[in-house]
Amino acid sequence: MAGLKRKESSPPSLSPEIIASHGLSEEEYQKIIKLLGREPNTTELGVFSVMWSEHCSYKSSKSFLKLLPTEGPAVLQGPGENAGIVDIGKGLVAVFKMESHNHPSFIEPYQGAATGVGGILRDIFTMGARPIASLNSLRFGSFDHPRTRYLLSGVVAGIGGYGNCIGVPTVGGELYFDESYNANILVNAFSLGIAKKDRIFKGKAKGAGNSLIYVGAKTGRDGIHGATMASESFSQQKATRRPTVQVGDPFTEKLLLEACLELMEKDFLVGIQDMGAAGLTSSSAEMAGRGGTGVELDLSRVPLREKGMTPYEILLSESQERMLLVVKKGSEEEAKRIFERWDLDAVVVGRVTKDRLFRASFDGGEVVRIPIAALTTEAPVYARPAERPQNHEEIQKLDLSKIDAPKDLGATLKTLLDSPNVASKRWVYRQYDQFVRSNTVVAPGADAAVIRIKGTEMGLALTVDGNSRYCYLDPYVGGILTVAEAARNLACVGARPLGLTDCLNFGSPENPSVMWQFSEVIHGMRDSCVALGVPVVSGNVSFYNETDGVPIYPTPTVGMVGLLPKLERYVTPWFKSAGDLVVLLGRNREELGGSEYLKVVHGLVRGTPPWIDLRLERAVQQCCLKAIERGMIRSAHDISEGGLAVALAECCVVGPEKPLGVKVELPEMMRPDARLFGESQSRIILSIKEKDLGRLKAIAEKEGVPVQILGQVGGSHFVIQPLIQLAVDELKSIWSNGLEKRLQ
Amino acid sequence: MHWGVVVFPGSCDDQDVHDCLNNVLRQKVEFLWHKDKLKGKIDCVVLPGGFSYGDYLRAGAMARFSPIMQGVIDFAQKGGLVLGICNGFQILCESGLLPGALTRNTQLQFVCRQVYLRLEESDTPFTCAGKKGQLLRLPVKHGDGCYYADPATLEKLRKNRQILFRYADSKGKSSESANPNGSLDHIAGVCNEGRNVFGLMPHPEDAGEKILGSEDGLKIFSSIIEACDPKEKKAWLG
Repeated sequence: MAGLKRKESSPPSLSPEIIASHGLSEEEYQKIIKLLGREPNTTELGVFSVMWSEHCSYKSSKSFLKLLPTEGPAVLQGPGENAGIVDIGKGLVAVFKMESHNHPSFIEPYQGAATGVGGILRDIFTMGARPIASLNSLRFGSFDHPRTRYLLSGVVAGIGGYGNCIGVPTVGGELYFDESYNANILVNAFSLGIAKKDRIFKGKAKGAGNSLIYVGAKTGRDGIHGATMASESFSQQKATRRPTVQVGDPFTEKLLLEACLELMEKDFLVGIQDMGAAGLTSSSAEMAGRGGTGVELDLSRVPLREKGMTPYEILLSESQERMLLVVKKGSEEEAKRIFERWDLDAVVVGRVTKDRLFRASFDGGEVVRIPIAALTTEAPVYARPAERPQNHEEIQKLDLSKIDAPKDLGATLKTLLDSPNVASKRWVYRQYDQFVRSNTVVAPGADAAVIRIKGTEMGLALTVDGNSRYCYLDPYVGGILTVAEAARNLACVGARPLGLTDCLNFGSPENPSVMWQFSEVIHGMRDSCVALGVPVVSGNVSFYNETDGVPIYPTPTVGMVGLLPKLERYVTPWFKSAGDLVVLLGRNREELGGSEYLKVVHGLVRGTPPWIDLRLERAVQQCCLKAIERGMIRSAHDISEGGLAVALAECCVVGPEKPLGVKVELPEMMRPDARLFGESQSRIILSIKEKDLGRLKAIAEKEGVPVQILGQVGGSHFVIQPLIQLAVDELKSIWSNGLEKRLQ
Repeated sequence: MHWGVVVFPGSCDDQDVHDCLNNVLRQKVEFLWHKDKLKGKIDCVVLPGGFSYGDYLRAGAMARFSPIMQGVIDFAQKGGLVLGICNGFQILCESGLLPGALTRNTQLQFVCRQVYLRLEESDTPFTCAGKKGQLLRLPVKHGDGCYYADPATLEKLRKNRQILFRYADSKGKSSESANPNGSLDHIAGVCNEGRNVFGLMPHPEDAGEKILGSEDGLKIFSSIIEACDPKEKKAWLG
């Protein structure tokens, strides 16, 4: 990167090459000149380039994100802060967010994923919450792609390496493989913390004269321009970006976490923000922006890892495990003592000012002087052209009459249970500490994770979901289904949704087809959120997930959090005892478009995703929740990838004990493959005691939900009459080993 | 009785141990800061799980040099009860209070899963509330849990009946597949010759309540309570 002469006074004009290498367009550069009233120096150019990067400014997505509903009875903090906050009662709040670390994880999977976890955890404890659970949503290329195993192993080890060491359990997640991600993997990390309602901290720099204190790890040259990298597409040459990936140190972050939480018990902390993307620059500028103030930094005071770092490098470094605090004037020494106890650096590096300027000096000379507004509210916003892709009509065409249903449907079921997208993800979650903090009630492998809130009767349910194939075939419907499935997963464990966070992973926003997908997905998510009453409280957008001009499938992933007022009523997906009745809530339709079956068995990604009636969806969820609340549900499982047959098989085999058999009958209403493997929405498989059938029917009738008795739990076989009869032990073994055997 | 739970920088399960002892078993528990000396009346010291000092060198290798550990070593040598869980077990081996060493899991991956432990000896303060052959269901979660000792040491461990728990399946049989880390002779936990220092890889504190899936972990803590003060026995049995 271009070096900077110290104490420059009137810099020479910057060359077009330097401007372009900072990812700024000519128009954007002219706007900078207009806002400053002069040309920027190189350091200022660097500051603008990161603050105006897509990653930090949301310049292409901002106008769409406004469409999402962000308010609700439980919402205390919506998007725009470090994380969202919902009220869970008893004077407690849940603080949560999901963030992407896609680009770094593709370049260096272990560190990229590890620092993704580190970053999201900082966003949580920055707000005064102790992180108590993490999830992750992962997408890799096809299993046959030569890099997939390497990337998967590295990412999983990195997530575990960081989360295990810092002592936050990873309690759930999702994992998919598809060619669409061969050259752009997705690593979305979710974390949730609990705070007291009256001890919430925000990223605001208030009170002129208050001190800015830098705490945590020293600043090095790592990660410079990470935010800019995340705002560009890959090409074959971009593997040389490796030096921009940071290296994580979970031990330091553990100390930082404990020290910050200790500090937050005191009364002199005014504001706090993590130094994540764009490091010291964005943390200080954003805090001043929210506080309506300015900041003055003395870069000579910043603790450095290496000698000879320039102001440019200090401002743009993305070294991990660093925080910026605003403390009341006069309390600096007290704050420092807390960090000293934890053996951490804490240095006053500046102060809050009234002048609404971002100012930085180095060795006594001013090197940056930019109005805060120019970096925040005045950052460019684009209404990028959006256009439906030309092939869209074509990919939605699906002529089922040309596709024969397999003769041996049992073999097809086995193929699906064995496929990496359906098979058990045990190989992954066994590498994560799922139990630390002793709150884990339902560990990975269920529809949603359940954790208890110590000292209360309450529990929280957490899930991450996404189906990019649906979004590719119809981004509007895909957006709806993503939110609906997450809410349905919560309903299956007995939790009512409080809010969601999202990661919106897309290709380049400069591509009109991608922008169209983005717009459609947002509209779909909005409609689903409104219908199901789930507000969006935080999230992140990751564009430029494309290589050599080929974008990934549009992949919104949703992390949703729900409340169980009485934790003891939680429900798990597996069958409990022989003799229980198996009941289906919802309606079967002949739908195979976008299904896992079409892809795995016929190699097709075509058609339209399943249809959804949001009123029925809501009713099915309400029915399930009410039945759980009345204590009559033995097991509940959502039907998703692989359809009814796969979901039923999962009910038999996913439990921790010996698998239970089942015998059901499916009336012949449609072609057998659609009956078994179609992915019609708004369906839940329940098991109940026979005596509770009447009560369940009464609830369903009141909610307007169709109920169908499928059969009975029991025996050693998995029987769907007249189509399939297989030993349940065999199914368990296939499902359990599908992923593992491919990785050995 | 009075418990002390050591907090090293990087300890993760310190709070879990505290909560299990305090919230579930109603015990008096105090955190002991790694920079302090061991003082006051403590009946049992617990070294909790986690990644002390980041464990960037070798698990437990740094922690043994911390100020608190000098006190813990003296305390143990005078017959005080010391329980090391996971990272605590590693620290006890590193500091020479327990024989053997904990090496990288043979599958070279961190492992988190539920395991069964077979109780091998019930005549120790850590197992006296249990019966020989009894099975406990507890979680393991570690990267370096493969116990190793040279043949002479192993022989001595067997002879002195210092192997208190072995990994087993749900029927109580030890096997490769029931052993989560490849440890020698399926060893999950050992005590010293004096039977007052005990280390194990699985986490009893994360299996102390029904809602968490198992209460079997209480067997170990309640053994210690029983050993220290028979009068308290009734209180925790409720």
